[in-house]
Amino acid sequence: MPLVEISNLGVAFSGVPVLHGINLTIEKGEAVGLVGESGCGKSVTWLAALGLLPGKASVSGSVKLGDEELVGSPREKLEHVRGGRIAMIFQDPSSSLNPVLRAGRQIAEAVSLHQGLSGATARAEAIRLMDLVGIPDAVRRFDNYPHEFSGGQNQRLMIAMALAGKPDLLIADEPTTALDATIQAQILDLLISLRQETGMAIVFISHDLGAVSQICERVCVMYAGRIVEQCSTEMLFRAPRHPYTRGLFDAIPRLDAGRERLIPIPGTVPQAGRMPAGCAFAPRCAHSSEVCHNQVPTLSGTDGWATACFHPLEEPGAPGPSAHILVEKVEFA
Amino acid sequence: MLRFFLIRALRAFMTIVLVVTFAFVVLRLSGDPALIIMGPEAPPDAIIAFRKAWGLDQPIWIQYLSYFGAILGGDLGISMRDGQSAISLVMDRIPATLQLTVPALILKLMIGIPSGVYAALHRDSAVDRGVMAGAVIGFTMPSFVFGLILVLLFSVTWGLLPSGGRDSWMHAILPIVTMSIGGAGILARFSRSAMIEILGQPYMRTASAKGLPWRRVIWEHAFPNAAIPIVTITGFMVGTLIAGAVVVESLFSWPGIGRLLVVSVSNRDLAVVQCILLMVAATMVISNFVVDILYGYLDPRLRNNQARH
Repeated sequence: MPLVEISNLGVAFSGVPVLHGINLTIEKGEAVGLVGESGCGKSVTWLAALGLLPGKASVSGSVKLGDEELVGSPREKLEHVRGGRIAMIFQDPSSSLNPVLRAGRQIAEAVSLHQGLSGATARAEAIRLMDLVGIPDAVRRFDNYPHEFSGGQNQRLMIAMALAGKPDLLIADEPTTALDATIQAQILDLLISLRQETGMAIVFISHDLGAVSQICERVCVMYAGRIVEQCSTEMLFRAPRHPYTRGLFDAIPRLDAGRERLIPIPGTVPQAGRMPAGCAFAPRCAHSSEVCHNQVPTLSGTDGWATACFHPLEEPGAPGPSAHILVEKVEFA
Repeated sequence: MLRFFLIRALRAFMTIVLVVTFAFVVLRLSGDPALIIMGPEAPPDAIIAFRKAWGLDQPIWIQYLSYFGAILGGDLGISMRDGQSAISLVMDRIPATLQLTVPALILKLMIGIPSGVYAALHRDSAVDRGVMAGAVIGFTMPSFVFGLILVLLFSVTWGLLPSGGRDSWMHAILPIVTMSIGGAGILARFSRSAMIEILGQPYMRTASAKGLPWRRVIWEHAFPNAAIPIVTITGFMVGTLIAGAVVVESLFSWPGIGRLLVVSVSNRDLAVVQCILLMVAATMVISNFVVDILYGYLDPRLRNNQARH
């Protein structure tokens, strides 16, 4: 049985649909990347699953955690799942911690919620977690406030807080976007080693393909509220089939490419209220045909490779940049 | 931290000096106390004698210096009207005023903050609109209008409560309610907007995402952040505890500081007016100081600034 099974998940804000039926399964211990540009619905998928969207959002479809249905379940049940089964860390660590509460206390709070510890034992466990995520001198820094830590340390504190509930799944929502390159690499390393130690699954939400390639075995590419391509990281980097994914790769600067211009994807993402009738990417796609403008392609495929496209690119050994080069880019950027 | 306190104390002192000076100048320029207290029919030599007795025949700057020197020596002067010391006249009235202003302050806080927070949590609902409409009416309606409406209803029409005087606790109800209503409206609006701003912060999502029950998210994570603007307004209200009841005390014939001030101003009883103003300035300054200390307590990010000053 998969750990999490999302089927036909839809989200609308004040009647405007932003997520158009997401299907996604996460297996135990797996690391899955969710890639796409801002506003494509990567974060909304998981905020909806945990019931963290504001009241004006309406959620349809199903999110199953084991046997439990999360969509539409009562608040008490969701509060138990949040942090305890599925934990989440966010993009901007410095503003994701409460500025007026001591950092250690915020971690101890999660410890006492999910491990039932209190007082000195909760404090000791929080200090152990701070130590585990690499906060130097955790005993002394327990009583510091978030603004007394750096951005990278704040993200480590967020990770410590997420670990407090011993979750089965960690949603990392662009955890490195707001950090500079060396700190990014450290946080990625931390996530990789924590996953090895705890065996928790990770969903890594990012628009940085390089970071995704370091952590994830499987990648879902999202565009305008749909998953448009889904396959193993290795296959995706060898030869992306969806023209949008291909466009993303072409827009990455390459170390060995000299001073050539990057190839951008023409046009812009359609607004949520004004989706084209057919494939949302068709107006920007060089390969689009009549059918693309009239019908929405479904996500289908074989051998662990699914693409939502009427004209997927079929180029064995296509000259997409290799994962190797992207990894270098992350490390040396 | 010591520097912070010293700078604050110096500023407080300067504020009080300015208030005292301003009051002195305005009161001296706005009419001759001798004429007003002795009456227009008084013989000229009696008026001259009065001026001489109170030092009013001296040049104004000498009057100012001697007055200021007396204040520094702790002497706040004697009432020109009945010869009592000004400070004891004022002190006698303070309990009566606090009997109104302290319960009114508590009522403001108890009504204003919960209703504002509730409105923020149920934003755009009918309750939210109702609370905000009530708040706008509360703080736009002048207290004498509201007080008169209450008198009309509770005293004249229904005969439930007395309309003036200070004979029993029943007499305090209408003035307290009248005074509370504006402040409660202001607090409701501030609490609502502060809470709405905090509820949109990323750390609120973190608090929910870690599985905290909703009630604890609101009261332990949101409210301490929203408390800063609320404390600012409350501090201002504490500052007006002494003299915030001028209109209401006059309306309900309540023998407090407010009425003493009105009577003393119209009599040009300089020492008493200056004494009241000094007390008002001092409470304002003290409550501002307490608010500044509280800021550091509520928001650790401000603590460093205080230490650096």
